Amino acid sequence: MQNMIKTLQFYFEFPFVKYAVIVGILIALCSSLLGVTLVLKRYSFIGDGLSHVAFGAMAVASVLKLADQSVLVLPVTVITAILLLRTGQNAKIKGDAAIAMLSVGALAVGYMLMNVFSTSANVSGDVCSTLFGSASIITLQVKDVVLCFVLSAVVMVLFVVLYNRIFAVTFDENFVTATGRSANFNNLMIAVMIAIVIVLGMNFVGSLLISALIIFPALSSMSLFSSFKSVVILSAIMSVICAFAGILISILLSTPVGATIVVCDMILFLICFVIGKVKGA
Amino acid sequence: MLDVKNLSIGYEGKPVAEDINFSVKEGDFLCIVGENGAGKSTLVKTLLRLTKPLSGEIVFKEEGIGYLPQQTVVQRDFPASVWEIALSGNISKLGARPFYRAEEKKRAEDNLKRMGIWNLRKECYRNLSGGQQQRVLLARALCASEKLLVLDEPVSGLDPKVTAEFYELTKELNKSGITIIMVSHDIKAIMEFSDHILHIGRDNVFFGTTEEYLKSSIAKEIGLNSGEEG
Repeated sequence: MQNMIKTLQFYFEFPFVKYAVIVGILIALCSSLLGVTLVLKRYSFIGDGLSHVAFGAMAVASVLKLADQSVLVLPVTVITAILLLRTGQNAKIKGDAAIAMLSVGALAVGYMLMNVFSTSANVSGDVCSTLFGSASIITLQVKDVVLCFVLSAVVMVLFVVLYNRIFAVTFDENFVTATGRSANFNNLMIAVMIAIVIVLGMNFVGSLLISALIIFPALSSMSLFSSFKSVVILSAIMSVICAFAGILISILLSTPVGATIVVCDMILFLICFVIGKVKGA
Repeated sequence: MLDVKNLSIGYEGKPVAEDINFSVKEGDFLCIVGENGAGKSTLVKTLLRLTKPLSGEIVFKEEGIGYLPQQTVVQRDFPASVWEIALSGNISKLGARPFYRAEEKKRAEDNLKRMGIWNLRKECYRNLSGGQQQRVLLARALCASEKLLVLDEPVSGLDPKVTAEFYELTKELNKSGITIIMVSHDIKAIMEFSDHILHIGRDNVFFGTTEEYLKSSIAKEIGLNSGEEG
């Protein structure tokens, strides 16, 4: 135990470890806030599809040798999110197929581009870290932390300000339209927020794992609580705890950060699920 | 308060029902009836601006409509308290504000009391019975509009006793001055309290008072007035 604390103390003297904790908690918080809406609206797959599109965009950005990849990745993901959520509204049969097509397509194109126009000696390493997050968190720089801080502040403020509208649109979009207000603006804002969260989380836990951060805390919390507000708050708390625990464990056991956080989320989900079942019975 | 002229409705350019004309005045109780697939729900969606009309015009004097939709799969296991749902009926009154004001909360409280479910306010919506859920959605609809309610097949899936209670409730709301448009396939039951009927059939559309409807050829076809004449 004492050894563990010593190890942690040693690591926390490095600024990049502190950065990782800050970034991780911010991302976990933002993603869990939106997760509840996405899961309830039956849009869980959109997070997955979007993260693959973001991967493709990132590959294009690295081929173009852009200094700041988010300049390209963020707008592309936002636009895709808007398009996907719009087709999702009048859910036709092809809706889920469209998402699957888009996400696999983006993945394939991204991987191909990274291979053909490889800029580094270790292509598979690059791909792996884009998909599953950086194996080490040493790469985080102050400017990443600042960007993450600003964007997650935007998401959180938007979420609080739009909270009542998000609830109404999530529960019953037709009702909102019938009262004479357009639900489009709210859907647009939800799409923008999701895209931001995915782009943020991608660098950290990787594009394959980010949708786990979105979905798991929401599901855990939904199996325990029954009002929307408590579900949202609890899923944020659980997500932050899992992210924090995941980072600490990954430092101690030298496991990949993203995967460790997701495993923590999964374990917590199993616990919540069992408690929910026992309580329900 | 509502005028519909030469309306054609349908999906993706394919008409479901054509040449619909009717009007609703304040305090009316209009029932929309017709066979399955005749376009009742499409008409409601068109009135609520959820679907675009193929042609014709819809003129509303009121801005907000209290809508009681058919339940969706999403809602059946939605984690939300009764209070949260009723309060969300005030959504159109939010304007540019982020949060609800005290008067909007009062409104939600009043309407929950009116529906007799104030004691359930902290309950989870998904744990309620079908009849209670409909009351919650009715309270929400009343928050959205004190003047016009649109109810889409409100009693489907409810047992006979709860159905009768729900009809009583709508009757009382109508008596207190609220205009009601209700879609139903339960023609016999609604005869009692609706004053106007809009019948959408495959090839003909009827609109008139309930008395006129009983004398019409459509009513004869489905054997509604056989008892009176016999």
